[in-house]
Amino acid sequence: MEENLYQQRKDEASRARRKVQTTYVHQPSFFEKMDEKEREEFFAREKKRSERALRARFIRNRISIGFGFLIALAASILAIVPVFYTFINSFMSSAEISSNYGVIFQSLSGHVQQGATYLASTPTLTMVPQRVTFEQYANLLFMSPTYLFKFWNSIILVVPIVVGQMIASCLAAYSFARYRKKRREVLFFSYIILMLMPFQVTLVPNYMIADQLGILNTRWAIILPGIFSTFAIYLLTKYMRQIPIAYIEATKLDGATEWQIFTRIAVPMCKNAIFALSILLFIDYWNMVEQPLVLLTDVSKQPMSVFLSQINEAEIGIAFAASALYMIPPLLIFLWGEDYLVEGISRAGVK
Amino acid sequence: MADKKKKEKKKQDEGSVKAGAAQVAPLTTDPDLLARKKADKKRLHRRRSIKDWAMFTGYLTPSLVGVLIFFFLPLLMILKISFQRSSTNAEFVGFTNYERVLTNDAFKEAAKNTMIFAGIAVPLAVILALVMAILLNSGLPGQSKFRSILLNPMMVPVASVVLIWQVFFSYNGVMNGWLYEFFELDKIDWLKSDYAMVVILALFLWKNLGYNMVLFLAALNSIDEEILESAMMDGANSVVRFFRIKMYFLAPTLFFVAIMSLINSFKIFREVYLLTGDYPRHNLYMLQHFMNNSFTNLDYSKLSAGAMVMCVVMIAIVGLLFFLEAKFDSDVEG
Repeated sequence: MEENLYQQRKDEASRARRKVQTTYVHQPSFFEKMDEKEREEFFAREKKRSERALRARFIRNRISIGFGFLIALAASILAIVPVFYTFINSFMSSAEISSNYGVIFQSLSGHVQQGATYLASTPTLTMVPQRVTFEQYANLLFMSPTYLFKFWNSIILVVPIVVGQMIASCLAAYSFARYRKKRREVLFFSYIILMLMPFQVTLVPNYMIADQLGILNTRWAIILPGIFSTFAIYLLTKYMRQIPIAYIEATKLDGATEWQIFTRIAVPMCKNAIFALSILLFIDYWNMVEQPLVLLTDVSKQPMSVFLSQINEAEIGIAFAASALYMIPPLLIFLWGEDYLVEGISRAGVK
Repeated sequence: MADKKKKEKKKQDEGSVKAGAAQVAPLTTDPDLLARKKADKKRLHRRRSIKDWAMFTGYLTPSLVGVLIFFFLPLLMILKISFQRSSTNAEFVGFTNYERVLTNDAFKEAAKNTMIFAGIAVPLAVILALVMAILLNSGLPGQSKFRSILLNPMMVPVASVVLIWQVFFSYNGVMNGWLYEFFELDKIDWLKSDYAMVVILALFLWKNLGYNMVLFLAALNSIDEEILESAMMDGANSVVRFFRIKMYFLAPTLFFVAIMSLINSFKIFREVYLLTGDYPRHNLYMLQHFMNNSFTNLDYSKLSAGAMVMCVVMIAIVGLLFFLEAKFDSDVEG
């Protein structure tokens, strides 16, 4: 049988080589075998089947998207809840706050803990305050000026740091990006290491140098190291290295000085990154707790963040309003500059 | 006189160029001229490199001076103090301070906790953020809204939400209330229990997932659709497409996110400090607590030794990460 087939194939091939036409037996296809009626039925069936498959796929997609949507929604709710409650609680009256959350702060002061076991009451999270009042804000803003001072302290610490660091970093990043040499990379690497150092390592050096310079317990003890912190330099350098060298050459041919190349080409092209980094730096320093705790022992000079961390039961009535107020500047900045932020931080990561 | 000579040489040079064009001979064979040209070139090169160096230094100076004064010099100072008996007594005591730090139980505990936290938090933050980014990138409606909301926690000052965390996680807090209501579980003081690390981990993820996710989203968006499509035509299923193609392009971002998360994992001290104060339960006692507490005890030489140890460890970790990144980077680009 096999032998036979082989011979047959051989003959066929030989004929094909000699271009001998053999008779072609037409094999009717599956489709041709059907008559008119059968065909119509077939088409209808196939149409239905493909429709069903499409619908199934659509539903599957919908379900997976819906599922993903639910997960994303849950994550978003988790992300927003603490902020939401802080704002809600800030509109409650002091009495309502202490009736709702008083029980929590009882357990916080340590020794009451054993007794607290017998308290059945749990705090109540309410979505809507019983009565919306601005009592907390009024107390905070008009009755106790110290809080306003703390707020001002925060601002006067953060703004110079952000502005100063951005200026110093732009210059340094340009220098690292444009004039690359092996030995300079070592310096750059040491900058990166400094950036990654946890604050507790640089705390001692900071303290010592502040002591030596005699600026301990003044704002400069925080502002100066803040300005020269190397966080922004790393990201900005990464950004500036993406500027095509052709731009700089072209500007040079047009007769621009080095300074003009910097101010007209490098800085405008990194605008997004500069905005993004300013926002990041702002939130980072707005947040700072450790530095003022160690370097600013004078309570009147400490920023709001330190005060908020030391809030106790007696001040619970205004704590939420203080927290909410403290949150507002970074949130406003975020709303205003979100696109810059996203664009800026994401390009640095992608390369 | 010299000028004239130069002109002559120049003419000669040009002549030789013209002649050379026909005969394909070297431009000039005059050894004197060659040496001169070489010297000229060298001088020009030197002048340019001096200018280059001057520019480099000029732009760097403001930052470098500050960094030297506020970081490098003091680091050298602590290096010196870490070998002294105390900050005022300059007697050289060798590695005694390091021994004191490394055998200190509090330091060991703190180092262990910090390492455990970083070891769990960083991979978790990276992986969860990647999952969220893929989820958002898979064509969800309102992608940018979700992105904004998830990025939101990054902008909230820690000090502001600490109060709410206390409402949730303190002994009489909401979390215990819910657990009691739904599962009839006993109350636990979250931040003083074995679960304290879990709570802190949750806070860390709450704060950092959004930022990492945005980084991953950008990287995912920058992957060329055509590559994915052609892989699909070649019969790669979604798993293969993810691990062989997307991960390949995500590698640089992965490292960047890992480094950022590592930096942020050291900042978790803020949350811990604000929630539990100077002396938290032993499983939350971080290196930063150790440093802070030694600081208040004014034990500078021990503190310096501790700082130096941390410094060396950080350099090792960062060096390793950057080494890996450089390796993968050249892989991606080449």
